[in-house]
Amino acid sequence: MDFLNALILLLNYIFIPALTYGSQLALGAIFVTLIYGILRFANFATGDMMSFGTMITILFTWYFQSLGISLGVFPTALLAIPFGIFFMILYMLSIDKFVFKYYRTNKSPPVQLAMVSIGVMFVTQAVVRIIIGPSDQRFFDGEKFIIKAREFKEMTGFNEGLALKSTQVITVLVTIVLVSLLFWFLNKTKTGKSMKAYSDNEDLALLSGIDPKKIVMITWIIAGILATIGGALYGLDKSFKPFTYFNNMLPIFAAAIVGGIGNPFGAFLGGYVIAFSEIFLTYAYKKFFMYILPESMEPESLVQLLSTDYKFAVSFSILVIVLLYRPSGIFKGKVL
Amino acid sequence: MRKNLNVIAAYSIMMALIILVGIFQSWNIALSIFNLCLISAVMTMGANIQWGYAGLINFGIMGYTALGGLAAVLISVDPVQEAWSAGGFDILMSLWLIIAMVLIIRFILKRFNKSKTRTYSIAVIIISGILLIRFSAEPGIEAIEAVNPAKTGFLGGFGLPIIFSWIVGAFFAGGLAFIIGKVALGLRADYLAIATLLISEIVIAIIKHEDWLTRGVKNVIGLKRPAPYEVDLQSTDWFINLVEKFNFGKLELISNLSDRQAELNQLVIEGSSIFVKLCYSGLFLTVVIILLILTQKALYSPWGRMMRAIRDNEEAANAMGKNVVKQHLLIFILGSAIVGIAGAMLVTQDGLFTPGSYRPMRYTFLIWVMVIVGGSGNNFGAILGGFAVWFLWIEAAPIALFLINFFTAGMSETHALKLHLIESVPYFRFLMMGLGLLLIMRYRPKGILPEKIEIK
Repeated sequence: MDFLNALILLLNYIFIPALTYGSQLALGAIFVTLIYGILRFANFATGDMMSFGTMITILFTWYFQSLGISLGVFPTALLAIPFGIFFMILYMLSIDKFVFKYYRTNKSPPVQLAMVSIGVMFVTQAVVRIIIGPSDQRFFDGEKFIIKAREFKEMTGFNEGLALKSTQVITVLVTIVLVSLLFWFLNKTKTGKSMKAYSDNEDLALLSGIDPKKIVMITWIIAGILATIGGALYGLDKSFKPFTYFNNMLPIFAAAIVGGIGNPFGAFLGGYVIAFSEIFLTYAYKKFFMYILPESMEPESLVQLLSTDYKFAVSFSILVIVLLYRPSGIFKGKVL
Repeated sequence: MRKNLNVIAAYSIMMALIILVGIFQSWNIALSIFNLCLISAVMTMGANIQWGYAGLINFGIMGYTALGGLAAVLISVDPVQEAWSAGGFDILMSLWLIIAMVLIIRFILKRFNKSKTRTYSIAVIIISGILLIRFSAEPGIEAIEAVNPAKTGFLGGFGLPIIFSWIVGAFFAGGLAFIIGKVALGLRADYLAIATLLISEIVIAIIKHEDWLTRGVKNVIGLKRPAPYEVDLQSTDWFINLVEKFNFGKLELISNLSDRQAELNQLVIEGSSIFVKLCYSGLFLTVVIILLILTQKALYSPWGRMMRAIRDNEEAANAMGKNVVKQHLLIFILGSAIVGIAGAMLVTQDGLFTPGSYRPMRYTFLIWVMVIVGGSGNNFGAILGGFAVWFLWIEAAPIALFLINFFTAGMSETHALKLHLIESVPYFRFLMMGLGLLLIMRYRPKGILPEKIEIK
């Protein structure tokens, strides 16, 4: 019984939150990795692009709510996401046309493109803050919990409750569907394969008649879908604040590099690696040990490896270690 | 003279802008803009040495700035005796443990050949060392943080004049750069950018949460000043006389004696804050000029030529027998040390240390905008970039307000769009920075004052 209690404790406080957070990071990391693999630069505007897509989604959610449209137990935002994606793709394509295209055709070094993406970051940040403001926005509606901690206790008779938020389930399900679709697209369709070829060897791909314009456009479209959905899921699960999104860029980068930059599958797993290690290392295991150890051996301190203040530092340290010992990432990077 | 015409013109325009702010807004604002411009200029010089001379990308500027600020605290604050007696021993013990750990690792690295066992044993030493340090330092840290937490709760510093911290800050930042350089300099440019960005976040996390050293988010306020205090100035005779002399004509017009005294008091209060700011300007200007002379000398020395050669073609320089790795590390340390000086100057001017205020937008990306806009590789350009971008950063809000009022002049005062736009005026500075950066990168990729290589 005590053992099961301990397991539920871990499930409730580590496994489920980490899985959700990891999915959100994974979507962002695939976005980073696609841009890096095909357009060949580190996109510093990642976090702010995600916040732009989320902002559009929020605006449409509010609009639908004012019209009285809702999805019942599901959050209205799910209905607004397609509109968010549409405007996000428009925004990305126009940025590409007016900003990035010039440097791509001039074959500028990647560092210069990264600098340009900093300019895009500033502009996007300004646009988001001017339109929706810098403060916290909550746009979740519908049923909040699938299982409430108290109900779970009453139902099963355990000491520990297990809470399951609907946003957590939605996040994980949407991620699974989206990522499997993406991998199917990249591995099985002709366009996906030509993207792979373009990423591996640009000149050879051009010689075999692959249209670079099309590849770039499809990359931005996929990136727009990933950025909007990833951002909206994060905002639904936690809350939307432009500054948090900017900060999320850092663990997302860490996830992409840990997984091997340029490798979407690596980025997908990298998201979970970062999320799980962040939560594993900063969780206080006192209660866990109280369940599984006999009373005489119960720990007095919190049994916390690192204080929660260092949550971000954990992922960055992992990244630094990976960069040092395996710069190509856990899964070999730079293959799409 | 002629070939420097664009430099002179650019600087005169900049000075004229600041003077205009002085005339139309107030001299107080103009001087505080000027002071921060000088500090920004020092930061951009540091970044410019790395990027412009050597082509090294460093997104960790925030971390070095914060370390410089930390130096200002550790140098100038008086030591907290109680805290030292409560937990000083534990802290010193942990310090010894860290040193011992580093020495053991160095010994292993030197003594044994590269192998899996070596890597794993080093990992074991580091992990067990960190655990050991945590357990040995824990009671000390708790004791220190318990000492009068509302006012101190940390070890304090050395109680020396704050000016020394400018040098110590340089050493702190240089030390950090040495570690980062050893670790990360072998990486490709964009990896290096991301790695330095993340490492600087780790530095900020440590400064924010190690309360026994820095007071963390509780901030350290009331640091010592290298300049006189306004309150003291207002009661010194020579200063009042000075103000009287300056405003003689104005005071003469007031015939009523008590009115005249009141006016004089007002002028003295205003004058004192301007005088203090002028003191800072003098100090900062000295630093900027010294650094400018040194960096200019370095740029045109054989060493500077070698750095440019390494930047433009690493492999060729390597083939000519130049030690690229060593030079990269050296320039990484030098540039970071200069940024460290700027960090200490910033805290000196503010008189307070607020770890929560270090954000990458303001302290890393903005500095990069300055370097790119000003002209990388050209010291005058970097300084100009610092001035121009900081000026725009501060004056963006009034400019945006003016533009909004201009374009929405037809709308009524209560129109929702107009009110919303006016409310979001502070964020237009991001827009201006971004557009400025994009335009400069597109149409003048070498910056306002491009790099000029003269052979002397």
